[in-house]
Amino acid sequence: MNIVVCIKQVPGTTQVKINPETGTLIRDGVEAVVNPFDEYAIEEAIRIKEKIGGNVLVITMGPPQADAALRSAIAMGADEGYLVSDRAFAGSDTWATSYTLSGAIKTLGQVDLIICGKQAIDGDTAQVGPGVAEMLGLPFVAWVRKVEGITDASIKVERLMEEGYDVVEMPLPGLITVVKEINEPRMASLKGKMRAKSAEIKKIDASTMEVDPDRIGLKGSPTQVFRSFVPERKGGGEKITGETAELAQKAASVIQNLGVVK
Amino acid sequence: MGIKISLEKCIGCSLCVRACALNAITVADKKAAIDTAKCNLCAACVEACKKYQAITITKETSSKINVNDYANVAVFIEQHGGKVAGVSFEMLGEGRKLADQLGEKLVAVLLGSGMAEAAGDLVKYGADKVVYFDSPELAMFRDDTYAALMCEFVDSDKPAILLAGATAVGRSFIPKVAARVWGGLTADCTKLDIDTERRLLLGTRPAFGGNLMATIIAPHHRPQIATVRHKVMKAAARDDGRIGDIVVKKVDASKIAERTKILDFVREVESTVNITEADIIVSGGRGMGKAENFELIRGLAEALGGAVGASRAAVDAGWIPYSHQVGQTGKTVCPKLYIACGISGSVQHMAGMQSSDYIIAINKDPAADIFQIANLGLVGDALQVLPELTRAFKERG
Repeated sequence: MNIVVCIKQVPGTTQVKINPETGTLIRDGVEAVVNPFDEYAIEEAIRIKEKIGGNVLVITMGPPQADAALRSAIAMGADEGYLVSDRAFAGSDTWATSYTLSGAIKTLGQVDLIICGKQAIDGDTAQVGPGVAEMLGLPFVAWVRKVEGITDASIKVERLMEEGYDVVEMPLPGLITVVKEINEPRMASLKGKMRAKSAEIKKIDASTMEVDPDRIGLKGSPTQVFRSFVPERKGGGEKITGETAELAQKAASVIQNLGVVK
Repeated sequence: MGIKISLEKCIGCSLCVRACALNAITVADKKAAIDTAKCNLCAACVEACKKYQAITITKETSSKINVNDYANVAVFIEQHGGKVAGVSFEMLGEGRKLADQLGEKLVAVLLGSGMAEAAGDLVKYGADKVVYFDSPELAMFRDDTYAALMCEFVDSDKPAILLAGATAVGRSFIPKVAARVWGGLTADCTKLDIDTERRLLLGTRPAFGGNLMATIIAPHHRPQIATVRHKVMKAAARDDGRIGDIVVKKVDASKIAERTKILDFVREVESTVNITEADIIVSGGRGMGKAENFELIRGLAEALGGAVGASRAAVDAGWIPYSHQVGQTGKTVCPKLYIACGISGSVQHMAGMQSSDYIIAINKDPAADIFQIANLGLVGDALQVLPELTRAFKERG
């Protein structure tokens, strides 16, 4: 089974903090990491491979330095890494990214299953997974929290919904996006890290795949950022200390006055 | 590439460097330079350089559609088990506002089975027209079928704007619709507005876990599509005097290749209140100490008629199922009241709840980060405060 995992390199978001004086993002010491949701995708792909055999190919679209994300995935146990990178892709929104990634995936030969993290933690859109599925004409299941079973022909998964989960069966080839609950990603082994260091990362650019030049990069992107800004912080309100009874009483009267309790 | 720095206007002040979340700008010899490989054209630097106007982003497009062929605001009506979801009434309320600003019509699109009465009611909640796809095949959400019918609607009705709730269903199939029709999709908006001059939808959404807000437009593509977060917009009020058209569409399911098959649905939430729909959430974290103490959280939630939430630490400890987790790797919520008990307030947790209308935090540690965003902070032991608070409401109730 050939499993493709789409990953993204993102700023390690725990360090993305706001400078309260200037209201700007503090980037000091922010290192680039593999999007955490994508680590669940990589882990799940490796587990499927360990169970029924196959190859795990990781692919990312980004600047040349996104190479590091692919090596992290290889260190975990992925077999091959593909970097989709070209100046012509600059300015891509989620539509153009989905289009470009789907074009790149078409160059990988037979693909049975594509796994993506449910969303990237920088953009939080959750749009590229379903976008790639649609552009490749593949069936799609979002928010997968468990793979119940998989054969060469189909996959049975649990899809997390607001009030529980659906059990969904989908024929393969197909695409799933996974949530955090699905597994606990493994740490890279020393051997894996060694392998990742020397692994060959294959490059895919606009000339090595079939894409409509009108649909890539900025020109192919329907959406544009009109404005971006740092939201106003609420700032701490009242903070009180005291006896338990006092605290409870204060909270009770505040809640009562909010008028939200029916 | 669409971003340029005017070397004449740039004074090398570095404001843009600080505004850039991607570390794409450097200043050398008192002039800023942009690494276009890193830049994602987010325009934060353009905003930072408002004073000098040295940075410009030029917009290019390959879209050849005539945007004037598209009109009206359409709203996807989500239903579960034949009952219209709460978020859809919020979409109708917001959609009505946008349609009025544009002087256009509000169209509700319902996919369901045996819901003729509910379809008619959508008019009373503000729709000028209801398009109701009626088929037993549509009773439950199905990816391929829903996407195909929504695309059919877009092709035939040509809406300028299409809204859907940012729910498990909406965020699952709406991106497929956008992919197929080359529409401009903005995910998980917390604010919508109209640029009346250009007649454009302005969709504002959080990114970087809520640390950055971005307003997105799609000037040359239609429809302009947005998924919208629950509980942010005001639900439409019912007005029995309203009239409108109801178009029932028969569905030939044999023409649609549905590839996914739903074998079962398992309800998994402890209470009947879904946390993303709840007006009140009582949430517990590591400070609750052990699984049994979560009963105190449940007790208060019940007394207030609210739902139970949890931090990642509590979920990871196995005290409560993952479907209750609030935060970046769980659910994003914005209730009217959020009570955080024994939650220190990691960046990831706060990303999931900081847009709540009112936040009460109970924590022993006076320096806990959660107090920075709490409207009311109680420095005390949640294990002691909770029973007292619960009693207060039980007595009143």
